[in-house]
Amino acid sequence: MNNTLCIDSQDISFESGQSIMQAACAAGVFIPHLCFHPDISPHGSCRLCMVQVDGRLLPACTTPAMAGQKIENNTDSLNAQRRLVTQMLFVEGDHICPGCEKTGNCQLQAVAYFLGLLEPGLPQMYPTRNIDASHADVLLDFNRCILCELCVRASREMDGKNVFAIGGRGQHAHIVINATSGRLKDSALSIEDRAVDVCPVGALMKKHQAYQKPIGQRFYDQNPIDQKGDANSHQRGEKT
Amino acid sequence: MSHHIASVLAHHQHRPQQLLQILIDIQQHDTCITPQAQAEVAQGLNKSLAEVQGVVSFYSLLNPTPREYDIRFSHNIIDLMQGKAALMENLLERLQVTLGTVRSDGRVFIDNTSCIGMSDQAPAALVNGYTVTRLTPSRIAQMASLIENQVPLSDWPAEWFQVALNIQRKDLLLDTPFAPGQALRHLLQEGIDSGLDALQGCAIRGCGGAGFPLDRKWRLCQETPAKAHYVVCNADEGEPGTFKDRVLLQAYPDLVFEGMTLCAKIIGAQQGFVYLRGEYRYMLDSLQQCLQRRRDLGLLGDHILGDEDFSFDIDIHLGAGAYVCGAEVALIESLQGHRGVPRKRPPPFPVTQGYLGQPTVVNNVETFALSAQALNVGQQRFTDLGTAASRGTKLLSISGDCARPGVYEFPYGVSVREVMDACEADDVQFLQNAGPAGLCLRPDEFERGLCCEDVNTTGSLMVFNASRPLFDVTHNFAEFFVHESCGFCTPCRVGTRLLQQMLEKISQGHATQQDIDKMLQLSQLMKSSSHCGLGMTASNHITDSLEKFPALYQSQLHDTDITHPSFDLENATSEARALSQP
Repeated sequence: MNNTLCIDSQDISFESGQSIMQAACAAGVFIPHLCFHPDISPHGSCRLCMVQVDGRLLPACTTPAMAGQKIENNTDSLNAQRRLVTQMLFVEGDHICPGCEKTGNCQLQAVAYFLGLLEPGLPQMYPTRNIDASHADVLLDFNRCILCELCVRASREMDGKNVFAIGGRGQHAHIVINATSGRLKDSALSIEDRAVDVCPVGALMKKHQAYQKPIGQRFYDQNPIDQKGDANSHQRGEKT
Repeated sequence: MSHHIASVLAHHQHRPQQLLQILIDIQQHDTCITPQAQAEVAQGLNKSLAEVQGVVSFYSLLNPTPREYDIRFSHNIIDLMQGKAALMENLLERLQVTLGTVRSDGRVFIDNTSCIGMSDQAPAALVNGYTVTRLTPSRIAQMASLIENQVPLSDWPAEWFQVALNIQRKDLLLDTPFAPGQALRHLLQEGIDSGLDALQGCAIRGCGGAGFPLDRKWRLCQETPAKAHYVVCNADEGEPGTFKDRVLLQAYPDLVFEGMTLCAKIIGAQQGFVYLRGEYRYMLDSLQQCLQRRRDLGLLGDHILGDEDFSFDIDIHLGAGAYVCGAEVALIESLQGHRGVPRKRPPPFPVTQGYLGQPTVVNNVETFALSAQALNVGQQRFTDLGTAASRGTKLLSISGDCARPGVYEFPYGVSVREVMDACEADDVQFLQNAGPAGLCLRPDEFERGLCCEDVNTTGSLMVFNASRPLFDVTHNFAEFFVHESCGFCTPCRVGTRLLQQMLEKISQGHATQQDIDKMLQLSQLMKSSSHCGLGMTASNHITDSLEKFPALYQSQLHDTDITHPSFDLENATSEARALSQP
């Protein structure tokens, strides 16, 4: 059987069982995304990876690759939609790019640059959210969380710990920490956990490691995200 | 572990999918689910505490703090039109309560809740989970004194808790006499195949909105091999302005249960569930009694009507305040004790992979009732009514500005005008069809017919006369979606809030043409990119009203020049200028 699909007039072969996103990643085709990680089961919540599959708008990360699919990805109209989704994520939280410890290594910021996002474009919501700095090695700033649930899934699937869950609904949705006190220091989280590494933004961060790389040497300083890939899926141990 | 929690856990056999039911039982007993209780439940079910907290905080009728009186005012636009805001203000004032917070003595809590299905007898509220209808200033005054005197709910005036049926027009479904077991006997005599053919002949479609042919759904489920099949009745009637399922469950429960039992025989199910919205708890006891009567009659339980190969029973699961659970994928998540997030998008559809991964028929209350009555009256009488593509009749919930609100059964294809005449509505500005997620109809469209070929309807029609400001309606709908978005995907979670803010800006007269353009962009994105139907339809009322009432929007704008910014520079800087004046 001919396992080939076509993204923006480029033919790509795939293995059966792969999603469109997995096939694209393997072939080096960039589809913008935030809640997808190659080692974690996909769930399709950020909606950045929406592509036109034979005329239907579908998330690339949860749609199976099928032979003969004609997929539009890097088009002006799809990127305009993605800019709007990215703007939504920016105004929903408090994303303090210039001062953020994650700046230069942040996938939200990098996707925004890739999409040519130059201004918030929407009214800021200025949420009132907390910071959990109780853990010796890890900081959780809820203001910068984009609810991608990568930490929830990584802790469950990779660390076998279930440290996180989602609580609340709608605008009140937030990460819940599994501890009677509800605080990180009383949870089973360790700095070695994959759940900490997979955060694409400045929400879950390792302490004592901020601002170590000078501007110019950070992950996305030299090349944009479509060339560098995801900061959170690079080999562990490689300093970003 | 507290004795009560231990017994609730034991009653539910420590089954993890019973989590939501366990939490509801605990709250009904203790008025809340304290953090301590949540920890005990987590331990008892071998779940993480965070997961239990996630479930408690998802459902708006569950709460972690104790109170003696929990009052939730229905916040649908129809309740507002009948004076809800002033009544709630009045009660807050009398009891010295801040909205959404338990009073400092820990006794009283008052908040808003989404439509509780009483638009024909609004304004209404839930008190400790039980429905109180037709609120008036004198009832509010009396209520305040009952609360301050710590009178238990069981001693409150019984007539407050009466829910009227308000059936205004009956036809084939509501008017044909039906004896429990009648359709079931017919099916057992004629056989499954002939039963399916009869349903096909009647061309029944699902009444939940999608209109999927009933016989095809049941056949698909029947043909899927599995270790178990399930029947689920979707009684999560959360669409604001809809209440026809309430009337069916209250006055015709045998029809509904009989339809479920027919389905069970056909697909080979042994277990059925009614997912009853938490707001309809008041009818739980009477539904349980009806189930017991049917067991006593041999219409439920082992060897139904003496058939050795036919055992089936029905459990009632309660919801707890989440509109999204009316969507079948979210409903099944909730039935399994999870947050009602429609995580898995079909395909596969529940009909092949539903409850516990097994093939599951999910149908609306009305659909099950129709299936029983169809086998009862036969194909000829059924197909005589309706249109070519929509056979039979439809129940309509009519509320708002009309003299006779209530439930109307009309043959499909009836014109909107005929319906408006029947409910004695005049001076109509517009109708909202199928709730906030539906579309509005102006009087110039009233010759159109209600059927799937023309105006598709879930059965809800809210009537607004010329005195009602359009922005009050759209703003109420926008608030509803903000409250009900599950928060899973970005377009719906953030988009619903942005639309609400922009509508507010428009109604306050601060908006410009740029805001309208931005609203349209956001609406388009939500329609095309949301994860589920809630987000895809949450902006319908905005794009639709913009299209049908452009002049109303234009007249509200502060500035219609598209080249001007969306804020008023003079106004924004006026305070700073005033302060810097010497």
